[in-house]
Amino acid sequence: MSELEPVIGLEIHVQLKTRTKMFCGCELSFGDPPNTHTCPVCLGLPGSLPVANARAVHFGLMIGMALESELAPRSIFHRKNYFYPDLPKGYQISQYDEPLCLGGRLGDVRIHRVHLEEDAAKLTHVGASGRIQGSDESIVDFNRGGTPLAEIVTEPDLRTPEQAGEWLRLLRTTLRQLGVSDVNMEEGSLRCDANISLRPAGSGELGTKTELKNMNSFRFIERGIRAEIARQEKLLGAGERVVQETLHFDPASNAITTLRSKEEAHDYRYFPEPDLVPIAIEQAMLDAAAGAMGELPAARAERLQRTLGLSADSARQMAFRTELGDYFEAALAASVGGAGPHPPAQALANWISSDLLARLQDGASSGEGSAGGEEVDGDPSRSRVQPAAIAALVGLASAKQISVGAARQVLDRLVAEGGDPLEIVEAEGLAAMGDAEDLGAIVAAALAANADAAERVRAGNAKAIGPIVGYVMRETKGRADGGDVTKLVNEQLGI
Amino acid sequence: MSETEIIGLSAARAAAEIAAGELAAEELFEAYRARAAGHIAGEGLNCFTWVAQEGTGEGTAAPLGGVPLAVKDLFCTEGVPSQSGSKILEGYLPPYTATAVSRLTSAGASLLGKTNQDEFAMGSSNENSAYGPVLNPWNRARVPGGSSGGSAAAVAAGLAPWALGTDTGGSIRQPAALCGIVGLKPTYGAVSRYGMIAFASSLDQAGPLARDVTDAALMLHYLVGRDERDATSLGFPEEIALPSAERLDGIRLGVPKELTAGSSGADGEGIEAGVLDAFEAALGRAEELGAEIVRSVQLPHAPHALAAYYVLAPAEASSNLARFDGVRYGLRAEDPKDLLDMYTRTRHEGFGAEVKRRIMLGTYALSSGYYDAYYGRAQRVRTKIAEDFRAAFAEVDFIVTPTAPTVAFELGEKTGDPLQMYLNDYCTVPMSLAGIPAISIPCGLSEGLPVGLQIAGPAFSENRLLDAAHALERELGFDGSQARL
Repeated sequence: MSELEPVIGLEIHVQLKTRTKMFCGCELSFGDPPNTHTCPVCLGLPGSLPVANARAVHFGLMIGMALESELAPRSIFHRKNYFYPDLPKGYQISQYDEPLCLGGRLGDVRIHRVHLEEDAAKLTHVGASGRIQGSDESIVDFNRGGTPLAEIVTEPDLRTPEQAGEWLRLLRTTLRQLGVSDVNMEEGSLRCDANISLRPAGSGELGTKTELKNMNSFRFIERGIRAEIARQEKLLGAGERVVQETLHFDPASNAITTLRSKEEAHDYRYFPEPDLVPIAIEQAMLDAAAGAMGELPAARAERLQRTLGLSADSARQMAFRTELGDYFEAALAASVGGAGPHPPAQALANWISSDLLARLQDGASSGEGSAGGEEVDGDPSRSRVQPAAIAALVGLASAKQISVGAARQVLDRLVAEGGDPLEIVEAEGLAAMGDAEDLGAIVAAALAANADAAERVRAGNAKAIGPIVGYVMRETKGRADGGDVTKLVNEQLGI
Repeated sequence: MSETEIIGLSAARAAAEIAAGELAAEELFEAYRARAAGHIAGEGLNCFTWVAQEGTGEGTAAPLGGVPLAVKDLFCTEGVPSQSGSKILEGYLPPYTATAVSRLTSAGASLLGKTNQDEFAMGSSNENSAYGPVLNPWNRARVPGGSSGGSAAAVAAGLAPWALGTDTGGSIRQPAALCGIVGLKPTYGAVSRYGMIAFASSLDQAGPLARDVTDAALMLHYLVGRDERDATSLGFPEEIALPSAERLDGIRLGVPKELTAGSSGADGEGIEAGVLDAFEAALGRAEELGAEIVRSVQLPHAPHALAAYYVLAPAEASSNLARFDGVRYGLRAEDPKDLLDMYTRTRHEGFGAEVKRRIMLGTYALSSGYYDAYYGRAQRVRTKIAEDFRAAFAEVDFIVTPTAPTVAFELGEKTGDPLQMYLNDYCTVPMSLAGIPAISIPCGLSEGLPVGLQIAGPAFSENRLLDAAHALERELGFDGSQARL
């Protein structure tokens, strides 16, 4: 049997950050007391009628533009009919065969379509099972019901779980940059299902796919897809067939269970929603969407590279992770009026993406297994390190007013307690050694104290310098510049 | 003023008397309230499902000056039972009021009562109400028509000066015809549907049931207008005026043979002879007023209208009625063993037979694999019918037909045969599918029972339509007062 290749497509639901719900005037909320943001429309009371939220259409168009979709001049809403307690009308107003946006692309992945719909209410099942079957009672909170959603469907262009996770991060960044959604998986404003199938590598045909639901963090998405690929590989390896079905991923046990088979699939009886008129896109709406687009990640990367001279990798890193890019640019801006030396852009980017992020991740890495996986990467703006502080610190280090080692010590303090780098440098006496101080004398003492090492260095073993430098750093509390120390050692040893 | 004199006033006249200080609004309201109170809960004509204790008008200074208004049960009225003739909504008190109702009460009308109707407006005889049938004041062994049967009978019997109804396939016009009053279905979108418990959203329209054309125009004047809560509502291009025409000079009245063919007998299709006689006599009077009768006009797809309607309306209804699931309001079956059991028993116990029939029909028509053959094809027929009317209105000003194929029939006569019942809408459904306005006015008697004449015009032609109806009404001089109790 030839090598099997996974084929993965994603269906992403994004809650739009409008002020009001998709079809009524109730304000969006998160965490408010249950059923405090409801009205006859979102409760599905008899006689109530939906009116489409123009702002949601505007956001939908922005998403379509960002994903390079074709924007339909006319699209319509359909009713998707099924009974469930979180669906007060007995149907969801969605879009079917005439969606707002068709086709498109983001990065390496083609977009199939983007459409608008309304979110269901939130169900809580009281009782041991935690699911509706076997619960003692079920409680409905309609605050979420009617929240505008954009459903983004990709073509099956992804091949690995990691690639899926990576692409989803890019999508999240893009949507966040657009300002159309909070795109927070923990709070459910970004939700992702995956369609997964296997086929012989290089084959042009698609195997039987399954739909995997309930992956509510970036970590779980990759784990869930990996688990489903493994399950399918095992089936096919044993000569069995994959059955088309909808699956549930349980992150706690890594187990994949059937939600419903193809036979149990709903017949949604879609038909055009007679309570709404078609969305007719006028030029003014397109202009408004285009005008509100702001800078998308790809364009930002290009700009950072061109105008600030960042390396291509750094530019992409800053652009594709909005929180890094925003923090970086905020730091750069803060340094303009700052008192200390100006940090070079590349150095600033390096310090943020390596030293600072590493420290933030260390602090968060105990979160493995928790649902909070998505933020483990660290958002520096949520840390105690102010953008102006990192800018000042990098400025001092780059101007050699403090050594790299001292800068790292200061950063430790900033991450732990916040504060002003200059004050920390002064309070701790970490300023780089001035000309007045006799570094040469300390180096001489170090050579004397490490005669063996000095002999080896003299004999050509450059690596043997470690203990000598270590001595100097101890003596200077890390304030000495490593390069200066090496230079002096070499001078004094006559190399 | 004596009670008989008070009850004898049209709504427009009553408003004028109140404005002139000749009549106290409270006196007018009390006269009607006392009469209406005897026709509820199976008593009398059973027109009402709820009657107010006192008036709620905005005061006599408002244009409608406290004139009582009967409102079909399916309009949501805040804190007042709104049950749409169904057991599943028994005792349901909405937290808000329908736009159509609030427009009228804002203009000074005072809510008199809620009127009985076929359950969820599905029916042509008012026998499908969970609150019992309504009796026709012309003959209590006969039906008043439906679905706005309570509204029509109340106005005909003088239990209300006028009433608000809804029309999906004929539910204002047919009961108006069978009760000898005026009923107008406006252009689709002219009146907001917000707060109307939906039957078929793309067809439902609110409109007046009134003693005369002037009252219908007066109510329509306040009803029309864009409502931001109803995306399908449209601003009416002009003000609705009170009609004044007395002649029909130069007016071309098209009589399509497809909707005016006589009954051939056993199959129940076509118009019964007595109705056709009254209709033709009225056309003769129209000619005397200067109208030209054009019999060459054609509506070739009209014979398919009923079939298309009974796919489209049930399809929408099957979805509109899904919300009655026992979760949030209305009836919930007792001690359900699980969710499915709660759904099935709630809906089994709460819906009547005709409603269940249409939910089944509609669900089937929308099902995967059948959608194109039923729903899709019915939509194409609908488009053809609208085109038929457009072509016809290039030749004539109005289309005229009998409103209903028969006069009021006996209670129980058609309940065993749904298809016979559906044929009641034969002449009214094509206009509903086309979304155009149509008015029914009484044009004579057959077997001692009223016959309705339907006049239909292009979208938003209500002012012209009301003028033509007014001129003809004046000429015909139909006396509906004999039905008044």
